[in-house]
Amino acid sequence: MEIITQPWPWYVAGPAIAFVLFLLFFFGRSFGVSTNLETFCTIGGAGKFVDYFKTDWKARTWSLVFVLGIVIGGFISFNYLMPSQAIDLNPTTVHELADLGFANAGSEYLPAEIFSTDNLLSPKGIGILVVAGLFIGFGTRYASGCTSGHAITGLSSLQLPSLIATIGFFAGGLIMTWFIFPLIF
Amino acid sequence: MKYIKFLLVGILFGIILSKSEVVSWYRIYEMFKFQSFHMYGVIGSAVAIGVVLMQLFKRGIIKDFQGKQINIKPKKKGFIRTFVGGSIFGLGWALVGACPGPMFVLIGHGAVAILIVLISAVIGAFIYGTLSKKLPS
Repeated sequence: MEIITQPWPWYVAGPAIAFVLFLLFFFGRSFGVSTNLETFCTIGGAGKFVDYFKTDWKARTWSLVFVLGIVIGGFISFNYLMPSQAIDLNPTTVHELADLGFANAGSEYLPAEIFSTDNLLSPKGIGILVVAGLFIGFGTRYASGCTSGHAITGLSSLQLPSLIATIGFFAGGLIMTWFIFPLIF
Repeated sequence: MKYIKFLLVGILFGIILSKSEVVSWYRIYEMFKFQSFHMYGVIGSAVAIGVVLMQLFKRGIIKDFQGKQINIKPKKKGFIRTFVGGSIFGLGWALVGACPGPMFVLIGHGAVAILIVLISAVIGAFIYGTLSKKLPS
């Protein structure tokens, strides 16, 4: 049980993710999550307004089921497989985050400064969540993929567009973390 | 019933992402600050094994469960769409520390705030679809 309840190191997680990639291709599909965001639009009736969403979403049922599984996997882990929610961070990271205004970094799985329910009531708190969501939805669809579709599947199959997209993911992430965080936190 | 295997693969993926902490905002923050090897190790080793798998698929050494050739769909080309789209996604990824897969994992964790991110992401995808013909590729 020890092995299951401890956090898993990268050399377990990386190969395990590759196994998920293998299973999805073996079952005749592909690995990618962000297309589901478009599928939700289609199911919600977006095809009535925009031709882009006039697609047969039933062909993507497998992926919706996959995503439902991800939610269930998250639920099972959180409730049964993670006795400790603490994240063992580098002390440098903890100090830095304290300076940014994040108290007790790593004591819980997610920082309360962003994810607490109280935050939903403050304009800044909700603004951060909404803006991040819009960027994620718009950006992944414009780039035609996210971390799973581009950084893992695309790089594995040695595709140039995925390399450019992954460089873009990092460019955006570095700008946010190094330059924008000090302004908003 | 034919979809049950995808449910199981999804559950496995959700557990892997939770247990390896890659869905924690802190792990994404330290990655972009180069303060830990963890995320690089996870993505790097997944890609290293993925490269071998893709070659085995391409050469027909591994076939799918029905014995058919596995084809890997080519990604849409275009520097602007991939770089600009990718960068916009990167801004959001770093801000809430979650990409689309982890968003669903965190919903399973009961993180209510992530629902706002997911709804906004669907709206973001809708905005992209509306503008898709007008955007440079």
